[in-house]
Amino acid sequence: MNRINQKLQEDKKLLSIYFTAGYPNINDTVNTIQNLEKSGVDMIEIGLPFSDPLADGPTIQDSSTRALKNGMTSELLFQQLKDIRKTVSIPLIIMGYFNPMLQYGVEAFCKKCQEIGIDGLIIPDLPVDVYHDEYKSTFDKYGLINVFLITPQTSEERIRYIDSVSDGFIYMVSSASTTGAKSGFGDEQEDYFTRVSNMNLKNPQIVGFGISNNDTFTQATKHAKGAIIGSAFIKYVTANGIENLEHFTSPILGK
Amino acid sequence: MSYNINDKGYYGEFGGAYIPEMLYPNIEELRQNYLKITAEESFQKEFHRLLKDYVGRPSPLYFAKRLSEKYNTKIYLKREDLNHTGAHKVNNTIGQILLAQRLGKTRIIAETGAGQHGVATATVCALMGIECVVYMGEVDIARQAPNVARMKMLGAKVVPALSGSRTLKDATNEAMRDWINNPVNTHYIVGSVVGPHPYPDMVARFQAVVSEEIKNQLLEKEDTENPDYLIACVGGGSNAAGTYYHYLDNTDVNIIAVEAAGKGIDTGESAATSVLGKEGIIHGSKTLLMQTGDGQITEPYSISAGLDYPGVGPMHANLYKTGRAEFISITDDEAMTAGLELSQLEGIIPAIETSHALAVFEHKTFKPEDIIVLNLSGRGDKDLQNYIDYFKL
Ligand SMILES: Cc1ncc(COP(=O)(O)O)c(C=O)c1O
Repeated sequence: MNRINQKLQEDKKLLSIYFTAGYPNINDTVNTIQNLEKSGVDMIEIGLPFSDPLADGPTIQDSSTRALKNGMTSELLFQQLKDIRKTVSIPLIIMGYFNPMLQYGVEAFCKKCQEIGIDGLIIPDLPVDVYHDEYKSTFDKYGLINVFLITPQTSEERIRYIDSVSDGFIYMVSSASTTGAKSGFGDEQEDYFTRVSNMNLKNPQIVGFGISNNDTFTQATKHAKGAIIGSAFIKYVTANGIENLEHFTSPILGK
Repeated sequence: MSYNINDKGYYGEFGGAYIPEMLYPNIEELRQNYLKITAEESFQKEFHRLLKDYVGRPSPLYFAKRLSEKYNTKIYLKREDLNHTGAHKVNNTIGQILLAQRLGKTRIIAETGAGQHGVATATVCALMGIECVVYMGEVDIARQAPNVARMKMLGAKVVPALSGSRTLKDATNEAMRDWINNPVNTHYIVGSVVGPHPYPDMVARFQAVVSEEIKNQLLEKEDTENPDYLIACVGGGSNAAGTYYHYLDNTDVNIIAVEAAGKGIDTGESAATSVLGKEGIIHGSKTLLMQTGDGQITEPYSISAGLDYPGVGPMHANLYKTGRAEFISITDDEAMTAGLELSQLEGIIPAIETSHALAVFEHKTFKPEDIIVLNLSGRGDKDLQNYIDYFKL
C-alpha cells in the first residue's frame, strides 16, 4: 500500500509541512526532510521551484526564486533524493507546477519518482479533467497518488467529481487566496470545513493555506484529517535555519 | 481543417485551461457565459454603438501610396492607431467591460506591458464608473511613463509588479494572483489572446471587428474581399488575431506574423517565441513559450514593451506549427528604421510594436500586383521618448 494511504489510516491528526527544495541553501533538501521527520512531522511536501508560481504569495515566490538562483532543477532534485528512502520513512510528495514536469517528460518524471520512493504529486495547474484523460494511467503505472485542491468556491458537484478521481486525500484550500495571504480562520472557514466534512467523501481531507500555529492547526483539524503548513515554515527556516525543527513543530502540535 | 478554436478550447494541440483550482470558478463562469452573453442582441447593439461613437470605428483602410511606391507593391494600412486611446486594444476592453457588467462584476483588474492595454482598460472603467486596478512591471512603468500618467488620470490604480523580470509576464502573474484573492466581485480583463480558455477565443472575437471591416473596405477599394497577404506584429497576438480572424480558413490569403527579435535571435536578448520557444504552459495556456531546458520561463527582451512577452497565444502557436502563417522576426534596429520611414513617407508615426510589422517590407519582396493589408496597431505617441533617444532627435 502507498505510504500516504497507510499514514491516513493512523488514528491521529496529521501535520504535513511544505518546503522549497534548494532553499535556503542548495544542499539543504535532504537535511530538511530528515530533520522534519525527526521533529514529528507526518508527511512532507517537497516544493519543486518554478519561475512563475501563480498560486503562491510572496513568501513561497521568494523562496522559489532563491532556490532557482541556487541552481535547483528537476534533475538535481532527483539526484539529491536518490538515497532518501535509506533514512526517511514518512510519505513524501513533490509539489510543483506542471511546466517543469512537462519538459522533463511526464512519464520520465513519474518513473523517477517511483525509483526514489516518492508517494504522490501535487500539481496545482494540472486540471483534474486533463489529468483524468491524459495522465492518470501513467501515474497509476508508477504507483503515484495525485492530490487535487478544492476551495470554498468549489461546487459540491465538482468536489464529488474530484473525490471520485482521487485515491489519497483531498487538499482543502482554506480560503480563496494565494499561499501565505491570510492567517487565521473565521466563520466562513468553519462553515466550509463543516460543509465538506458533512459530504462524507471517500477521501479524507487535509487543510492547507492560513495555518501557522496551534490554534489554526486545531481549528483546521477539527473536521479534517490533517493540516499542511507552508509559508509559516519557510519564514521560520529563513530566520532560524533548518536545524532543531521541533522548535517549530512542537508548539503547533501543542507539545 | 479549421484554424479556429475547437469545442474543447484548443487550437490544434494548443490552448486549454491549465489553471489552479482557485481560478476554476471564475474561468468556468466565463466559459459558460461568454458566447451566450456576447450573442445577445442588446450586447451586440451596445458593443457596436460604442465602437462607432466612442472608439471611432470603422477605422480607415488607408492605401499607403508612397510606401507602396517605395516597395513596388500595394500596401493598405488598417488604421487601428486612429482608435480612441491610440491602439487596437480598446476593441477588446469595450467588449470585456460590457461582459463584466452583465456578469455583475464591480471591480476590474488588468495587466499591461506597453501600457496601451492598461490605458484602454482604465478608459472603459472610467466610462462605466467601475473600480480599476492595473498591474504593470516596474521596468515597464519606467519606460512607458506617459501611459502610466494616463491611467492615473483616468482614475485607475497602477500597481507595480516587483517579482521576476518586472515586465509583462510578471504583471500577468500578479493580476492572476489578485483574481485568486478576489474571486467573486472581480473580472480580469486580459489584454491579448493569451491565458486560459476562453480568453484567447473571447479576445479574438472582440478583435475580429478588424478583419470584418477589412473585408468590406477591401471589397469597396479593390473589388475583392481577399488580400494576398495580411501582416501584423505579434506580442501575445491580439491585433494579429483580429486581422486574421475572418481569413483564418481562407488559404488564398497568406498570413505573416511578425515577432520581435530584439538585439538578434542568437543574442540572448530576444522575444522571437516561434524560433526560441518550445511547447509548454504559460499563464494557463498550452502554447509556445521561451523557457530553459528545465521548464523555467525565461525573460524575453525587445525594445518594444508590447512585444516583450515570452509566449504567444495558442492560435498563433497553431498557425506556426501547421505552417498556416509565415513567421518573421525583426530586430530593434530594423523596427526603429521602419518606424522612421513610415513617419517620413506617410506622415504617420507608428507605435514601436507596429514598426516591427512595417519592417517586413525590407525582408520580403512582394509582387507589384500583390494586395497587402498591414495592421497599423498603434500610434507612436507613447514611444516618442524611445524614438528621440534612439535617433538622437
Ligand atoms: C500598438 C501595439 N501593437 C501591438 C501590441 C502587441 O500586442 P498584441 O500582440 O496582443 O496585439 C501592443 C501591446 O501592447 C501594442 O500596444
